Amino acid sequence: MVDRRHFIKKTAGSLAAAGGLALLQRSGLAAAGAEEPTVPDALPGKEALIKKTYRPPNYETPINYFDAPFTPNNRFFVRYHNAVIPEIKTSEWRLRIGGDAVRAPLELTIEQLRRDFEQVEIAALCLCSGNRRGAFQPPVPGLQWGSGAMGNALWRGVRLKDVLAGAGIDKSALEVSLAGADSGVLPTTPDFVKSLPLAKALDENTLIAFEMNGEPLPHWNGFPARLIIPGWTATYWIKHLTAVNVISKPFDGFWMKTAYRIPKDRFPSGQFSSQETETAMPITEILVNSLITNLEDGQTLPNAKPIEIKGVAWDGGNGIARVEVSTDGGVRWHQAALKQDYGRFSWRQWHWVFDPKHPGTYRIMARATSHSGDSQPPEPIPNPSGYHHNAVQKITIQLA
Amino acid sequence: MRTLILLLSFLAATATAGESRIFLKDRPGKNQVVAQCAMCHSLDYITQHAAVLDRAGWEKTVGKMINVMGAPINNADKRIIIDYLAQNYGK
Repeated sequence: MVDRRHFIKKTAGSLAAAGGLALLQRSGLAAAGAEEPTVPDALPGKEALIKKTYRPPNYETPINYFDAPFTPNNRFFVRYHNAVIPEIKTSEWRLRIGGDAVRAPLELTIEQLRRDFEQVEIAALCLCSGNRRGAFQPPVPGLQWGSGAMGNALWRGVRLKDVLAGAGIDKSALEVSLAGADSGVLPTTPDFVKSLPLAKALDENTLIAFEMNGEPLPHWNGFPARLIIPGWTATYWIKHLTAVNVISKPFDGFWMKTAYRIPKDRFPSGQFSSQETETAMPITEILVNSLITNLEDGQTLPNAKPIEIKGVAWDGGNGIARVEVSTDGGVRWHQAALKQDYGRFSWRQWHWVFDPKHPGTYRIMARATSHSGDSQPPEPIPNPSGYHHNAVQKITIQLA
Repeated sequence: MRTLILLLSFLAATATAGESRIFLKDRPGKNQVVAQCAMCHSLDYITQHAAVLDRAGWEKTVGKMINVMGAPINNADKRIIIDYLAQNYGK
C-alpha cells in the first residue's frame, strides 16, 4: 500500500510537471490575460455544474436544482483539497480501523461493511463550511463559492459506532481521525485528514455511507464509502474513506490545527473541546440558514401575476420551526408554508405566494428560525476564513 | 496493467481539458508561476483571487504553499512569483 501510494505521488508529480509545461506553451500564445470567468463545465459522470477550479476539482450546483427535496447525484457539488483522486475498485478497497486507542485493529471489505452491520438511511444536508464565501465584504481568501456548495441527499450506510465497537474502544480514546484515498501531487503536501471528538464519532447518526439517493456514491462524491456527519459542515464528511483511527491525543494535522477554524467569541459553542485554544475552535455545527431557489437578484418578472416564492431552510439538527418572507426589504414579514419534513438534518422546502398589486422594485428577503429559537443575522458574522455565511438573503426583483 | 490503471486514475484526477482555457497575463514572471503553481493545481486558483488578495495576501499565500503545502520553490523564484501575482492579480 505504501509502495503504491508512493508510486501514485511520484507519477503524479512528473506528469503534472509535464502538464504544466504544456499549459505554459499553450497559454504563452495568449496576448493580454483575460480573466477566467466562472464557467459551466461537466466532470466525467456528472452533468454541468458551475466550475470554480478545475484541479483539484471544485464545482458548485446551480441553485435551480435545489428546487427539489433531494439534490440529484449528477448535479451534486464537488469539493476536493488535493488533486490526486484515485478511481477505486470496490474489490480493492479496504477500510482500516486502528489507532492507539483501539483494542483490536480491523480491516473491512465493502461486502463485510454491508453484511455485518445494520444498514440505516438518513436524510442530511451536506454543506461546505465556506458556502457563500464569495458574498463576504471585504472579500476573504479561499474558494469564492456562491450559494451552491451544498446538497441534500438520502444517505445509506452503517453506523460508525457499530464499526468501532467491532474493534473495541479503549478508555483512553479522545478523538477519531479520518482519512480518504485522495492525496496531494507532491509527497510533501499534507493529506486531508480530519478528526472528530469521540462523542460525535459514536453518535447514532454518524454513518459510513455507500449509497446516495438510492444509488452508489458517485466517484466525485466519495465512492465507494464516505463519512456522513449530519448537522456538521462537510469538512468532516471524508470521501473515499480508507482509515479511521481512534486516538488518545488531539490530532495535530494542518487541517485541524490551522484550517477550518473560527474565532470562539462570536459563534455558538463548538462541541470540540480537545481542539480548542483560548481564542479559536474548529468549525462544527451548521448554523440556521435559508435560500430562495426560484428567483435571482435583478430578475424582471411580469406584473399582476401571483409569484410563488420558493426556497429551502436548514440548520445543524434542531430542525426548522418557521420561515418568513418579506417583499419590502424587511418591514413586514409573512409566514411561509413548510413542505414535507424529512428529518431534522434534512433541509426543509418552503413556499409563499406573493400577489403584487403594483409594478416596481421589490426587495425580497427570507429568514429561517430553528426549533432552538436561533435565527439568521442581518449581516454575515465576520471571520478570517469566511465560514458560516448565514445572513438573511436579500434580492431585488423588478415587476414590469 | 497495474501501471495502466494508476496512470488512468491519475489522468482522471488531474490536468483537465478545461484548464487550457485559463490564460494568465503575459508579463515577466509568468513562466515561473505556471511552472511552479500548475504542478499541483489549476491556475484558476490565481485568477479567482484577483479581487481578493493584495500584495501582503499574495505573499502570505505563496508562503503557505511553500511552508505548509510543501511546494519546492526556491527563494529567487518565490520573489518573482509574488511580484508577478501582486502586480497582475493584486487587489
